[in-house]
Amino acid sequence: MSQQATVTHAEVTSRITRRFEALKQQNRAALVTFVTAGDPDTATSQAILDGLPAAGADIIELGMPFTDPMADGPSIQKAAQRALKAGQDQHKTLDMVRRFREHDQDTPIVLMGYYNPIYRFGVDAFLREARDVGVDGLIVVDLPPEHDSELCLPAAEYGLNFIRLATPTTNDARLPKVLENTSGFLYYVSVAGVTGAGSASSEAVERAVARLQLHSRLPVAVGFGIKTSEQAADVARAADGVVVGSALVNCIEQAATREDAIRAVHALTAELAEGVRGARHTG
Amino acid sequence: MTALASLPDHNGFFGDFGGQFVAETLMPLILELQGCYDAAKQDPAFHEELAYFQRDYVGRPNPLYYAERLSEHLGGAKIYFKREELNHTGAHKINNCIGQILLARRMGKNRIIAETGAGMHGVATATVAARFGMDCVIYMGSTDIERQQQNVFRMRLLGAEVIPVTSGTGTLKDAMNEALRDWVTNVDSTFYIIGTVAGPHPYPAMVRDFQAVIGRETRDQMLEKEQRLPDSIVACIGGGSNAMGIFHPFLNDDSVAMIGVEAAGHGIETGEHAASLNGGVPGVLHGNRTYLLQNDDGQIKDAHSISAGLDYPGIGPEHAYLKDNGRVEYVSITDSEALEAFQLCCRKEGIIPALETAHALAEIVKRAPSLPSDHLMVLNMSGRGDKDMMSVAHYLGETMEKGDNA
Repeated sequence: MSQQATVTHAEVTSRITRRFEALKQQNRAALVTFVTAGDPDTATSQAILDGLPAAGADIIELGMPFTDPMADGPSIQKAAQRALKAGQDQHKTLDMVRRFREHDQDTPIVLMGYYNPIYRFGVDAFLREARDVGVDGLIVVDLPPEHDSELCLPAAEYGLNFIRLATPTTNDARLPKVLENTSGFLYYVSVAGVTGAGSASSEAVERAVARLQLHSRLPVAVGFGIKTSEQAADVARAADGVVVGSALVNCIEQAATREDAIRAVHALTAELAEGVRGARHTG
Repeated sequence: MTALASLPDHNGFFGDFGGQFVAETLMPLILELQGCYDAAKQDPAFHEELAYFQRDYVGRPNPLYYAERLSEHLGGAKIYFKREELNHTGAHKINNCIGQILLARRMGKNRIIAETGAGMHGVATATVAARFGMDCVIYMGSTDIERQQQNVFRMRLLGAEVIPVTSGTGTLKDAMNEALRDWVTNVDSTFYIIGTVAGPHPYPAMVRDFQAVIGRETRDQMLEKEQRLPDSIVACIGGGSNAMGIFHPFLNDDSVAMIGVEAAGHGIETGEHAASLNGGVPGVLHGNRTYLLQNDDGQIKDAHSISAGLDYPGIGPEHAYLKDNGRVEYVSITDSEALEAFQLCCRKEGIIPALETAHALAEIVKRAPSLPSDHLMVLNMSGRGDKDMMSVAHYLGETMEKGDNA
């Protein structure tokens, strides 16, 4: 492998960094919401995406659907299948971000998914287009730091944050490697498992966040298994961000109509936002 | 050894192919496995133990058999079968399972998981898990369960829990996704026995090493019988473990031609096939970069083959490398060609091959007649066809009551 250059956090001053700094001033955590692009169809998904900031999302993770989402649980798998069946592809996902940016210049958007659709698109072409439409960061689940030269380092050259997952299996010996080229924030997966699985106790989350903060100045967002406003509030006391995905995606699956889907996602987002915003005042 | 047989590099790459494309949750496990496997390879006690089970439990060495009647019928090359179908559990799969479960035991794991397509790897895994007293969970696509019910019953008899996978298209790739999900959830207790030369490093190299006993025996047996190396070796390819196992010990012997046979299903031009090398493009799936059946958006396409064991949209990364550098020739055989060869082998040699193996046989039927009688050709008889009776009867238009062929 070629020698890998290290990206210092200072080189990238992104929407993501600005958003976390602003929230720190307000002494509250960020609500990070995940939905799959194109679920249940591109137009409905666009309406969901466009309304998330007003509903209370501080940062948006937009899933790029993939046929074989190995690290995801049933909820997000099914969301990807619905999206693909409705004809979603990488071009449409990037176009959703472009449309979103026509009316929102401040809310960070992170594209999340798996490497193959990006690889097939062409790494350079994808990064250029992602930057041009207003994407701020990438989370690519199946690219560990061992493969930073594939996408992480090229992404930095385009000014895109590369957000990495740390997990309960990431020990102290490995953590520096995981953190090395990570920028924007660190996504702590609170349980070993797939998305949507049961959540960790607040004590375990607190300990984990404290450990990560010893090694890094990056904001730490915590996810996996957070479904209610109360759980969100618990995590928001310890972490810099609270990630909710499966619970929002479930709203789409359970909705009878497209209008219901939009309404339900925004309603749950508002509830979660209330939990996150009140966490450090009532805790 | 020249470079060809000494790959992968220490990052798990065969040229551009291979690697460790997995979620962070799995990385510490993969690295631990890599370390343990490297240590086991250096440990004579591990090799002794492996040799013991290969001999007394699996039944190795199995014969290199001169297929006289088939050779005469085709009227060209002198054809030998490497009789992997005579192994315990009826296929080459157990060579790898024995190796991996010994490793699992060294690592202190007590729960085994595996994916299976045709069910042969599932049966082999359930077998060794029973032998070593470990819990065993097998993930199998619901579509495959339907067409391989006998193997499902075998696995259950052996004490394994068979979990039907309905996500995606309910085939081998989805079973592999589900096994990976299990693994990230049960990292401490669980060892994942991958059945083919695919997945994240060290699996492609490790599975190949455990299967390379096929090629080493073939080499010794051919030297003993014919006092020289074979001129060509033919093997079928799904993920590619039986082929890699017989090819690898010959990679540096330039005089030995190697032919890997993919499943062309209804024909590559129809789009309904499982020929990743002949009909796919490079991509990243299940922990490695390799040739994949996929669309322009990078979405993985369903494979199709009459044989559930070849029905996988990817291929081991070492095969991808050997295709690009030209050392191995990769061809494809359709469902109907395989069925023809299947019947020919039954009638001429009294050996009922697995449908997977029938693809390699069909290639031999094409090649052998135009070759001289002193051309030594080896076919890897990777598995026996007992499991395929229902499917073959169905394709031949015969009706058979369930249970008649037990």
